[in-house]
Amino acid sequence: MNEPLLELRDLRKHFPLRDALGRARGAVRAVDGVSLAVARGTVLAIVGESGCGKSTLGRLALRLIEPDAGSVRFDGEDLRALSPAALRARRRDMQLIFQDPFASLDPRMTVGAAIAEPLRLHRIVPRGGEASRVAELLERVGLRPESAQRWPHEFSGGQRQRIAIARALASGPRLVIGDEPISALDVSVQAQVVNLLADLIRDLGLTFVLISHDLGVVRHIADRVAVMYLGSIVEEGAAATVFAAPRHPYTRALLAAVPGRGIKAPPIEGDVPSPIAPPAGCRFHTRCPHAEALCREQPPILAGGDHRAACHLQDRLPPAPPLQEAEPGGDRLRRLQAFFQPAGTEA
Amino acid sequence: MVLDIRGLAVTFRTDRGPLRAVDDLSFSVEAGRTLAVVGESGCGKSVTALAIMGLLPPNARLSGSIRLHGREMSTLNPAEWRRRRGRELAMVFQEPMTSLNPAFTAGEQVAEVLRLHERLGERAAFDRAVALLDRVRIPDAARRARQYPHQLSGGMRQRVMIAMALACKPRLLIADEPTTALDVTVQAQILALLDELKRETGTAVVLITHDLGIVADHADDVVVMYAGRAAERAPAARLFARPEHPYTVGLLGAAPRIEGGPGGRMSRLASIEGTVPDLLHPPEGCRFAPRCPFHGTDCTRQPPLAEIEPGHATACWRAPLDQVLAA
Repeated sequence: MNEPLLELRDLRKHFPLRDALGRARGAVRAVDGVSLAVARGTVLAIVGESGCGKSTLGRLALRLIEPDAGSVRFDGEDLRALSPAALRARRRDMQLIFQDPFASLDPRMTVGAAIAEPLRLHRIVPRGGEASRVAELLERVGLRPESAQRWPHEFSGGQRQRIAIARALASGPRLVIGDEPISALDVSVQAQVVNLLADLIRDLGLTFVLISHDLGVVRHIADRVAVMYLGSIVEEGAAATVFAAPRHPYTRALLAAVPGRGIKAPPIEGDVPSPIAPPAGCRFHTRCPHAEALCREQPPILAGGDHRAACHLQDRLPPAPPLQEAEPGGDRLRRLQAFFQPAGTEA
Repeated sequence: MVLDIRGLAVTFRTDRGPLRAVDDLSFSVEAGRTLAVVGESGCGKSVTALAIMGLLPPNARLSGSIRLHGREMSTLNPAEWRRRRGRELAMVFQEPMTSLNPAFTAGEQVAEVLRLHERLGERAAFDRAVALLDRVRIPDAARRARQYPHQLSGGMRQRVMIAMALACKPRLLIADEPTTALDVTVQAQILALLDELKRETGTAVVLITHDLGIVADHADDVVVMYAGRAAERAPAARLFARPEHPYTVGLLGAAPRIEGGPGGRMSRLASIEGTVPDLLHPPEGCRFAPRCPFHGTDCTRQPPLAEIEPGHATACWRAPLDQVLAA
């Protein structure tokens, strides 16, 4: 039981680049030696900026793409060793929620048909029992059962994301990976979907991997967090600890860059280097305010116990600035916000 | 006063009837200050930006007054407006890739603005362009000036856009979600650059954004828009300390914070239920009422945007909101 539900070991995925004549021209080193474990019933967040490899990692974890090297174990079973038929059967246990609810639903399929599809595919309910299961799933995500007869275009972005979540839950998965599941939504609608995800994770005992660049949402729902930079993990640990006492300079820079905390100076200079030719040594050294000669030469290893960081200097860095609660609205605002509590079913 | 907008309304002619995207909007911005217009998609904030720039599409009708340094803009013909764009007012858009021309180098595009408005020769314009690219902190500006947009990172493309916008030292800069397409560390760099340039040049800035965190760090004054109207208008510090419109209260509670909320992990976020109204058939009276926990029968009448103290105005019959707490 203590065995993790999902275990990634030394995963690597490079996407080869070719020029116009089809000749090999290097590779995008999207994921470069990642090891992670996700305990049952917990939420792991993978954070990082665009191009860090977090989405590729999510797809590798579900074996939607094949790694160049490394292993993926789900419930103790090596996914790479499974036959295609066995993998298909396993799919009901692992689902993915995408960022864009507009692209992930087939416009020619009613909402009910879209949710029933995985039920049929995996022969989960007996013939004729689909309608009631679809109705149940719709209610579970806060939509009216009558929505089953309607078409995706009749729904707002937030409602479509609820439909996509219902479809992902249809097969009764044990592991759900959400790839930026709320990023395409407006702020007020994001809160509705974050509340829904938190409920589902708790009530269904889901194991959830949240891929996100939104550190507020990560802090809100993750138990553990892994920070990625240029294809590898630079820090990993309990979310509360990583946010309160980040050990890697990149994690510190990410936290300092979150707007709304009165920090006006940019935390670090420059852009993320190209994943085609990542810097030697520590990949962050080109932007790191603390870098030394060693950092330019030797790649650091992800070290430490329950809170790991890949930084040569992690024991010598000055303490990270504290995250103080900057809430000018205080008690009055909290009391007013208490009126904004969801009633349950949404239109 | 650099910009003064009074009773601005923008109505689009559509196949399904007239759509009023902006209704009775008033605000003003002084030199060297940043006014943020904040709201969610469809609230009218980007249409407001286009109206000020004179870039509304042909099916839009504009009424009300837009004054730039005391001169009325809304009655200008398109040619006059075009002459002022670039020289007196300039704009930075969300997606620099679509606003830059892929066929010209970064330096050529900045130089083009200078040739057009300052009548500089080709050589002089290009040299000034390189200096401007350096000014917006593009490393190795002389080399980057000879590169095409696709060879630049997203952050660098946005710096090129800012260089173009500032080329003729406009008095008003409109930045429409200038960092939404960028990563968070690069976003911080671009916002700091805009602050610095504003301080140095004294230009007035209208910052259009959906992110209240950006407003808190970078704006002096704020207008919160909802469904085409101003819900609340206040100095930024005041808005965060004492919001007086229920929509502002809900928005402030909707985004989880990295410090962790008072309720802790997985606690319920304040959630504004339902969705924004269809502007072809807006609700009668207050447009936020259908989603408002404090709504009552009086909300079927449109509340005026009224000051509850100097400089702080809200369009809500319940204001000051301490009333609902006392009830």
